[in-house]
Amino acid sequence: MNQFIKFVFIGASLIGASGAAIAQQKLISAESEIAFISKQLGVPVSGKFKKFDAEVSFDPKKPEAAKVNFTVDLLSTDIGNSETETELKKPGWFNSAKVPAATFQSSSVKALGAGKFEFTGKLGMKGISQSVVVPITVTQSGGKSRVVGSFNLKRLDFKIGDGDWNDVSLVANEVVVNVNLALTGIPPL
Amino acid sequence: MNSNNTRYSGLAIAFHWLLALMICISFGVGLYMTSLAFSPQRLKLYNWHKWAGVTILVLSAARLLWRLTHRSPPLPLTMPAWQRAASHISHAALYVFFFAVPITGWLYSSAAGFPIVWFGIIPLPDLVEKNRELAETLKPFHWIAAYSLATVVVIHIAAALKHHFIDRDTVLLRMMPQSKKSSLS
Repeated sequence: MNQFIKFVFIGASLIGASGAAIAQQKLISAESEIAFISKQLGVPVSGKFKKFDAEVSFDPKKPEAAKVNFTVDLLSTDIGNSETETELKKPGWFNSAKVPAATFQSSSVKALGAGKFEFTGKLGMKGISQSVVVPITVTQSGGKSRVVGSFNLKRLDFKIGDGDWNDVSLVANEVVVNVNLALTGIPPL
Repeated sequence: MNSNNTRYSGLAIAFHWLLALMICISFGVGLYMTSLAFSPQRLKLYNWHKWAGVTILVLSAARLLWRLTHRSPPLPLTMPAWQRAASHISHAALYVFFFAVPITGWLYSSAAGFPIVWFGIIPLPDLVEKNRELAETLKPFHWIAAYSLATVVVIHIAAALKHHFIDRDTVLLRMMPQSKKSSLS
């Protein structure tokens, strides 16, 4: 029993310590954007997520130690059209009424030089987890870091638009996700 | 007076009937598609409706150009002045709505965040930026313009039939494709 308490205590203090390290780095949500572009019959339809947050522990000089946990609230999807947004919440699409969070957890980070990095990790949506590679570019000024990146995902890999909507000639399988984030507390490049 | 200037030219007649058909189908599809629930079928119909609308807009511009550069065949001398005035007004109204209906649709589509890609190939510019409130404001205008056009079309058809079957004049025949039977000589 003692062993167990000791274990829990160490575990908690470890979480506390890493939490403190992460807390120094903050995503400035108000200055950040996560947007996507999907194509319907060749028509680019763009949307963005209004609510998202991240736990970031990233030293550009030690990319191998970087850790990023991203959470996007799919219920906050803004596509500019209420009817489509209502539809997206349904099981055939995001199923966000039941599984509101999309997550990204980095597993490895590679520095490509000149502020460019490659974040590899797991993207989770609708209870499905898929490996993605997100190339980003970091620029810094006045203590703030700007992170810009873009990656493609295949909606059917996550069963998004499953069933009636799985015809990719109607709604393209490829969805472009664009991230543009403002962060504080990232050590210099 | 020879038969060449008592009837519209072949091009004008082709414009008239082609656009009449396209406008009627687009109106019908518009009514039907808006009654559907969110579905792939509805998405297809919306896009076809938009492609048809842009085609109608382009053809109407060409047609207007033709109309402004060519004389229309004269109206029967038996027509009273008020009918001539009414005819001119209703034709002007038709042309206004030939443009107003597709343009209000395009405006709404832009504001709603669905750009038009003509036939799925040619991306057209957005007339306004994506804006939820603006989209809601614009939506009824397309509807109002379409119903206004439908109203003038009904008057137009009623007048044409009245000329043909009651007045028994040549007004409708001016716009009929030439055949052996309908020769106006």
